[in-house]
Amino acid sequence: MASEEMEQLVRKEYKQGFVTDIESDTLPPGLDEDVIRHISARKNEPDWLLEWRLEAYRHWLTMKDPQAWAHLSYPEIDFQAVSYYSAPGAKNKDAPKSLDEVDPKLLETFDKLGIPLHERAALAGVAVDAVFDSVSVGTTFKDKLAEAGVIFCSISEAVQEHPELVKAYLGTVVPHTDNYYAALNSAVFTDGSFVFVPKGVTCPMELSTYFRINAANTGQFERTLIVCEEEAQVSYLEGCTAPMRDENQLHAAVVELVALDDAYIKYSTVQNWYPGDEEGKGGIYNFVTKRGDCRGDRSKISWTQVETGSAITWKYPSCILRGKDSVGEFYSVAVTNNFQQADTGTKMIHLGEGSRSTIISKGISAGRSNQSYRGLVKVLPSAKNARNFTQCDSLLLGDQCGAHTFPYQEIGNSSTQVEHEATTSKIGEDQLFYCMQRGISEEDSVNMIVNGFCKDVFKELPMEFAVEAEALLNVTLEGAVG
Amino acid sequence: MNQYAEAFEAFNRHAESGWLKSQRIAAFARFEHLGFPINGVEAWKYTNTKALAKRPFVLAEGYDLQAAQKLLNEAAVTLDSHQLVFVNGIFVPELSDLSSLPQALVVEPLSEALDKELELTCGMMGRLAGIDSDVFTALNFAFAGEGAVIRVGNNQVIDKPINLIHLSTASDQPQMSHPRILIAAGSSSQLQLVEQFVGDDEAVHFTNRVAEVVLERNAQLTHYLLETPGDQSWLIGRTQVEQQRDSRYGCHHMNLGGKLVRDDLVCDLNGKGASSHFSGLLFGRNKQHLDIHSLVHHNAPQTYSHENYKAILNDKAKGVFNGKVVVKKDSQQIQADQSNANLLLSDQAEIDTKPELEIYADDVKCSHGATTGQLDETALFYLKSRGLSDELARGLLTLAFANEVIDELKLAPLYKRVEESVAGHLPHQVDLEEL
Repeated sequence: MASEEMEQLVRKEYKQGFVTDIESDTLPPGLDEDVIRHISARKNEPDWLLEWRLEAYRHWLTMKDPQAWAHLSYPEIDFQAVSYYSAPGAKNKDAPKSLDEVDPKLLETFDKLGIPLHERAALAGVAVDAVFDSVSVGTTFKDKLAEAGVIFCSISEAVQEHPELVKAYLGTVVPHTDNYYAALNSAVFTDGSFVFVPKGVTCPMELSTYFRINAANTGQFERTLIVCEEEAQVSYLEGCTAPMRDENQLHAAVVELVALDDAYIKYSTVQNWYPGDEEGKGGIYNFVTKRGDCRGDRSKISWTQVETGSAITWKYPSCILRGKDSVGEFYSVAVTNNFQQADTGTKMIHLGEGSRSTIISKGISAGRSNQSYRGLVKVLPSAKNARNFTQCDSLLLGDQCGAHTFPYQEIGNSSTQVEHEATTSKIGEDQLFYCMQRGISEEDSVNMIVNGFCKDVFKELPMEFAVEAEALLNVTLEGAVG
Repeated sequence: MNQYAEAFEAFNRHAESGWLKSQRIAAFARFEHLGFPINGVEAWKYTNTKALAKRPFVLAEGYDLQAAQKLLNEAAVTLDSHQLVFVNGIFVPELSDLSSLPQALVVEPLSEALDKELELTCGMMGRLAGIDSDVFTALNFAFAGEGAVIRVGNNQVIDKPINLIHLSTASDQPQMSHPRILIAAGSSSQLQLVEQFVGDDEAVHFTNRVAEVVLERNAQLTHYLLETPGDQSWLIGRTQVEQQRDSRYGCHHMNLGGKLVRDDLVCDLNGKGASSHFSGLLFGRNKQHLDIHSLVHHNAPQTYSHENYKAILNDKAKGVFNGKVVVKKDSQQIQADQSNANLLLSDQAEIDTKPELEIYADDVKCSHGATTGQLDETALFYLKSRGLSDELARGLLTLAFANEVIDELKLAPLYKRVEESVAGHLPHQVDLEEL
């Protein structure tokens, strides 16, 4: 197909790009120890956490930006031009005690985004924690979850209410020394979700966090910690959007998952940060460290992600398969358009005997975007009979985009079976012809083929998310055909 | 570094002034600037050159002809060919045979070519692997003085293969050599080249070879590399190929061990219809470290590349495979595939593999696959049910695994040598005669 038509087809509109006009308490841009002390004080944090933050900050100062190895290019980020804390609401006002006290403008924002915070509206039975800039504005269904013994709240709240749990697990999966952005996050993280599922409990409903960046010139640094004790199970969803702005905004999150014996954590993300305009102006820089630790035997962690947003995505949800017969999964669909860049993939570190992992990654590049799959499968000598299967396919829409694959395999064990396969191609003329000669329009044909290409991943998403993801994909590729 | 500076000083002092001398000085400066890739260089992530950097090497000044003759007879593959033999980097006319060269074929040692046709030779040198590429290429250029020059005229089909044999024999002091091979194949010519690196297990030698290959329109080159540099020797090799329209390049790479063997194979497909075909075997034992990096640039539309590498690693051997395919913008209708299959025979062996794709055009069919696994249990069972012992069945299946790439060696003596060598070094040796 001609590239003009293709361009027509891949043009899309970002529907979540509005700004909420709300008073906010925002720290002036800049980063030093005082800013960290200030954040910590605002959140009324215990001393050990402040010390932990400062240690991370001091370490961060000694580190270098990872741009050197990633297949990305962006101007150097001025960390002093970013504001590290922004909370909706006027200064010196007490935090709302319940959803009824939350500023209606905020609730409206989330309503507009399709995230019902009022419990009565949440017919889907999904408990939601909504994070607006640097703070959590409300968590639904807390009582019902508490009955089951599940703790689901913002991490700031968890620091206050369950300090022993936070202290025991925070930073044990992603230490502050891990990488540049993890160190930065550890120093300045503001909010995020905390989930604790005690032994033997299956969480009665899906948990969900919705992240929204609103204020200008701020960065969002959220930290999520999910712990599943023995035989516990939870399914967690994450969504994110931001307004359209000409400047690039920084989002550097850390997500830590801990699964003990026989626990199962399913973590799904639909990432739809503002990707920048057609000229590549603006958009979110998404530098995220996500890692799950399968500490217990037979534990399982599953990552599913649909990445359509962000100007730059740098993200590698990983699993450390420590437990015997533990299982790690990674399912990903990444779509890039215009000038978006994505360097994403996963790491599966096999330590436990009989550990298994599956990686399915589907990349779709359009416009002038560049996308890379970067993955590591590492099997240590201790991981006898480990098994990995990796498939990463790329689909190219248009002749100006790029698709790249960098899979690392480090195998140190003779009883291991590791398979990797990857393909890169465009939508086949024959596939398109077949659909169209059955009377399906070109656009619908492309959507069908693209959706089919992503099916292996979409079927792993919780139902409501799968519908959203498919719709998102159609919007993203609106009018585009191969 | 100092030892290199001394050796370089002595080496370049006698050179006549001119282009080559100044280039060598620039190359050495580049080498000193870059240093050995020890920390944080992605291309050397899995291969450690620390021990190599520490070791002092000297350039050989002479050789023991008898020892060389013995090594040649015992360990190298000789065939009906135009043969050039080098011992520790020095050309040995006594062991070479260029008696039946046809008119349109030039095969000569680099030193001779520099004497006779300085300008022409310098024109070929550094065009593809110049001083501004990696550190080992720069080091090679600094010491460039010996090697081989091969030129084939247009429309010439050369029946006899060319056989370049690099021998390393034991010496008092560890020695190094930096051979440079220059090949120019005229349009529609056809050529077969065998390159062997054969080392005495007693020898401590560092071979740092660079080959530059230019294939004109429709030219065909089949390149066989047989690498057995010896248990205590390092071999670092770079092959840089430039291909014009419809040319074909086949590289069959048999890396059968050494202390550390690293190969970089880079192919630029610059003309429509050009194709390259790489196949190879890494066969490592003991504490050997074998590394292959391949890189194919699809710079023109309708170019094709195919790669198939296999590794069999036993004991504490470590294998590294890094294959990369880059499709340039507007290089449409590309087909590229890459396959890497690995067999680990011991729990201490390790393989690090990374098949990469970098694609900037859309009308392409590119794929790669990498696997690491064990022998097929059902196949083992089948053989054992026919009365074969477990050892023999395993040996046979391992050999069959390697055979897919060994089979591509179309020169019988070469095929036989490689097959025997693999069969003889398996944990459960297979006696081919007996079968």
